[in-house]
Amino acid sequence: MSPALVTQVGALAGRSILKTARQPFQVFPIIFFPAILLAVNASGLRAATRLPGFPTDSYISFAIAVAFIQGSMFALINTGTNLAEDIESGFFNRLALTPMHRVSLIAGSLAGVAVLGAAQSIVYILLGLIAGAHLLAGVGGAVVIVVLGSIAAVAFGSLGCVAALRTGSGEAVQGLFPLFFVFIFLSSSNLPRQLLRTGWFHTVATWNPISYLIEGFRSLFIFGWDATALWRGFAVALALLIIGLVAVGWALDKRLERT
Amino acid sequence: MSDRAAHSAGVWAVALAIAWRSLHTYLRRPDLFIPSLVFPLIFFASFAGGLSALGSVPGFHFPAGYTAFQFVFVVIQSATFAGLFTGFTLAFDFESGFARRLMLAAGDRRGIVLGYALVGLSRALITLALVSTVALVAGMRITGDGVDLFGLYLLATLLVLVGYAWAAGVAFRFRSIQAGPLMQTPVFLVLFLAPVYVPLYLLKGWIHAVASVNPATAFLNAGRGLISGAHNHTALGFIAAGALVLLFAIWTLRGLRAAERAP
Repeated sequence: MSPALVTQVGALAGRSILKTARQPFQVFPIIFFPAILLAVNASGLRAATRLPGFPTDSYISFAIAVAFIQGSMFALINTGTNLAEDIESGFFNRLALTPMHRVSLIAGSLAGVAVLGAAQSIVYILLGLIAGAHLLAGVGGAVVIVVLGSIAAVAFGSLGCVAALRTGSGEAVQGLFPLFFVFIFLSSSNLPRQLLRTGWFHTVATWNPISYLIEGFRSLFIFGWDATALWRGFAVALALLIIGLVAVGWALDKRLERT
Repeated sequence: MSDRAAHSAGVWAVALAIAWRSLHTYLRRPDLFIPSLVFPLIFFASFAGGLSALGSVPGFHFPAGYTAFQFVFVVIQSATFAGLFTGFTLAFDFESGFARRLMLAAGDRRGIVLGYALVGLSRALITLALVSTVALVAGMRITGDGVDLFGLYLLATLLVLVGYAWAAGVAFRFRSIQAGPLMQTPVFLVLFLAPVYVPLYLLKGWIHAVASVNPATAFLNAGRGLISGAHNHTALGFIAAGALVLLFAIWTLRGLRAAERAP
């Protein structure tokens, strides 16, 4: 990577982080919604730990994993909305007309998302521990969670960039949020897959990649070090990242054709 | 025609015109129409399908089964949100300037309140018809009788009005879609701080204390009683819903006055 590219990416990453940090309506949901949903679900579904075969007696340790996925979904919305705003205001077009490397147009935003993804993962770990979750994998597990959280945030953030580049509309990006939320609902977010007794739901949750991402985070809390759950979680995060980056490249080409 | 009758006809003329226009817009915009149908179905699939094992938790007893147990929550949530999203429509109409022009044109502005209420009820009718059909196709058991079912949908109707009247009061005061989170978040919290997944007696700790005084618990208990043919919570549910309709009707009408005074 050339020094000029590093400088450009660094400047745009800093701008991306500041832009999110300075907008309370973007930061507030990242902390508030996962915390509220965790509190509600952990209390309301505590009875599930009495089911034969439930892997832990602490539902909050089981449920905290969902917060990391919700955080990544917010990364999708915030990154996409910010990029769409830049497109709508003409800032993106002005940047594209400068001699800066085209890769840095998006890499800057995604580098910012990686930092925010790591930061929000640390916040969720602390929230979980305060609320009584047990992180069986210890400090090393916390580091792995931060890395996986950061990769997941960039993967989802890149999908937000694709939506912004294709539509150029913040409203359209916002409309994607419920769509992605469906993937959380139709996964093993509330019960382990072996306890999903409704046949079709078990099949959907088994095919839903988000189940494996959740189980990757979850394994570090309730099992310690589970190599299978971890490799599946990282494989899903990296696959989403690769798909997202390829799609961003294609959408960027299309967008710049019009500039 | 007496003055009173003419006045009443004026209110209804405004209300029906607004209802027709907003319903027409709703049905012609897939970005509004489809999510309002898809989300209740997703909730139903996720809760009734994904959490069905909770029906085997020791102490859980519900004669009609876990699907019916969750169906009642989805009915109540869909009804409340149909009303709530109509408040969003009103806020959007203020932001676009349409509602202000409407307030200049309407002979009796209470017709505006009534018109959007009809929109909320129509939206809920469409959503509840779809959710009920899907639930029945999925094999949901109903152990209550026809009168009980009528009672459940009557309760849902009251809850459409509760959701609408709360959101419309906010919309009239803020006249901007920016107030959306203020409309949505309290309702979301009230609904989910109730016994959504298991009955109240299986909840433990702070959630039990909160759910015990939460009006949404009264709605859920009444609805679940009706679908299973038990009526030990019906009166409390209807009294709570009726009281909230009255309370929020005053909140909305005072909001309308605030909108009239706004520069």
